[in-house]
Amino acid sequence: MSALLEVHDLFKTYGTGEAKTRVLRGLSLQLEKGELAALLGPSGSGKSTLLTILGTLMKPTSGSYVMLGQDMIAAGDANLTAFRNLHIGFVFQFHNLLPDFTALENVLFPTAVREGRETPAARRRGRDLLMRMGLADRIDFPTANLSGGQKQRVAVARALMNAPELVLADEPTGNLDRASAMQVMALIEQINREEGTTFLISTHDEKIAALCRRQIVVGDGVVTG
Amino acid sequence: MLYALKIAVRYLTANKAQTALLVTGVAVGVFIFIFMSALIGGLAEFILSRTVGDISHITIEAKTEDPALLIQSEGHVLAVAERGRTRAATLAEAATWLPLIEAVPAVKAVSPQITGAGFMTRGAQVAQVSVIGVEPGRESAILDLQGYMVEGEVRLGAGLIVLGRDLADDLSLSIGQTLRIQSSNGVTAALTLSGIFKTGNGGMDKARSFVSLSTARTLFAMPQGVTRIEIKLNDLNAADATALRIRALTGLDAVPWTDGAEQLMEALDAQAQTGYFLKTFALITIVIGVASALLLSTYRRRPEIGIMRAMGAGRGFVVFVFVTQGALIGLMGGVMGAALGYLALLPFPSRDAFKVGTLPMDITQGSYGLAITLTVIGAILASILPARAAARVDPVTAIGQ
Repeated sequence: MSALLEVHDLFKTYGTGEAKTRVLRGLSLQLEKGELAALLGPSGSGKSTLLTILGTLMKPTSGSYVMLGQDMIAAGDANLTAFRNLHIGFVFQFHNLLPDFTALENVLFPTAVREGRETPAARRRGRDLLMRMGLADRIDFPTANLSGGQKQRVAVARALMNAPELVLADEPTGNLDRASAMQVMALIEQINREEGTTFLISTHDEKIAALCRRQIVVGDGVVTG
Repeated sequence: MLYALKIAVRYLTANKAQTALLVTGVAVGVFIFIFMSALIGGLAEFILSRTVGDISHITIEAKTEDPALLIQSEGHVLAVAERGRTRAATLAEAATWLPLIEAVPAVKAVSPQITGAGFMTRGAQVAQVSVIGVEPGRESAILDLQGYMVEGEVRLGAGLIVLGRDLADDLSLSIGQTLRIQSSNGVTAALTLSGIFKTGNGGMDKARSFVSLSTARTLFAMPQGVTRIEIKLNDLNAADATALRIRALTGLDAVPWTDGAEQLMEALDAQAQTGYFLKTFALITIVIGVASALLLSTYRRRPEIGIMRAMGAGRGFVVFVFVTQGALIGLMGGVMGAALGYLALLPFPSRDAFKVGTLPMDITQGSYGLAITLTVIGAILASILPARAAARVDPVTAIGQ
């Protein structure tokens, strides 16, 4: 395995003066291609902040971040947006689907926004992904009509639409019952195994973390284990 | 950008009631715009047709020359040349110019005339009148004499005369009766009354008479030429330009009706300005309505915008989605308002049939295309602020909401 991304000596501070909060305090981390890693740690340890920085949605106060050989700190907003679209997928705790769109339209979004339209090829891939997620009979359903577990599986399919190298999942099972959580994790594990997509999953659930091949523990803004 | 259009349409159709309300609001603004355009335009048309419609749009009169001094000057001669008040100058070569003037595109009708003053007597009754000699067949070329006839007919043959209602009443004349007229040149003639008109203009109905051009030649001892050429145009607003053109073509002193009508023009300008203000306010209302609705939508959709940005949608894409929504609202509201405006104006009489007591709405002056265009532009401008606000949404904060 080769390095997918590497962060070094990351600091992130929110607020100023007395309200100043240091969330990351010199965190360093390396993820290899094809890893299935769990990010563990108590609330406020900096897990979400780290995922946000790795997802290029936010820049650290200081430190370095290189992914696929590119400097993510120096890159401008437009470049980061394009990079994120191609190389990074997101799965959020509350699925965050677009409510006025169908399951397929949600899945197609990352490709359509890049290509300017929903191409037939993208539609085929979107359908394939949804079928793979066990949602063949929900493809054209408005997302408002789906269950929590189904919505989260749509979110996973959307994250995989552009075949990104990295999928960042922030508590993807936190809002699901045990059966749905296991179903989602089984899908993630399968995609990781078959396609070599790297997953970094933030979770409080040790059972979920146990399903991952690597556990990264964060505490007080640094990697502790 | 096809995809951004799809998102914009989906956002608009996702909340149909809100969109319908917004589009209706815009349509009402456009309706007011169109209604005001038709009213102000129609009113101006009405006022002009009432004040200028029956007069010559361009008049050519011969220049009255100063009397010549016949005294051969040897040494210093002190003399005062006084211009005669009743001296009638003539356009001796009018017949040459008429075909040229008639060929000017904007010209609707040309009426060569011999005008003068005289006294009309019947029995012991005497009245001072102005006499206008017109060519038979062109009686209604300038003043719609045929339309104003209340008795008899416009028949200006030899020995016939047409009078105003008040004048005929003053002289107790009825159709077929004879009267005597003495012109300012001292020529007397007996004429038969062939028609009586009533224009509603007191001065005209009380002191104006029409005779044939040949009768006028006899009365005013003018064997050739005319004293005046009156010209009517298809568009009275083209008077200034057409007068210039006629001057250039003929060298004659063609005077448009706008000369000396400054007060009327000022009044019409003031009325037009009022219309502009009202239409501007209607547009401002549209802009504020669209901007506030889209701003609200921006706040409501902040989490979605955050998700889109996280999935790789650029700021430009987000701006385009919201500006497109504004443009679509403007277009739908504009078309709807224009259609409503057109339908509302249909029952009003056409510009040629305005009647006293009804609103002089001119359906042709609704400015429909302008209203739609300005509305779309206004709605686009109104959506820029919400669109920029949407593009600035921080994905991290928005997703966390």
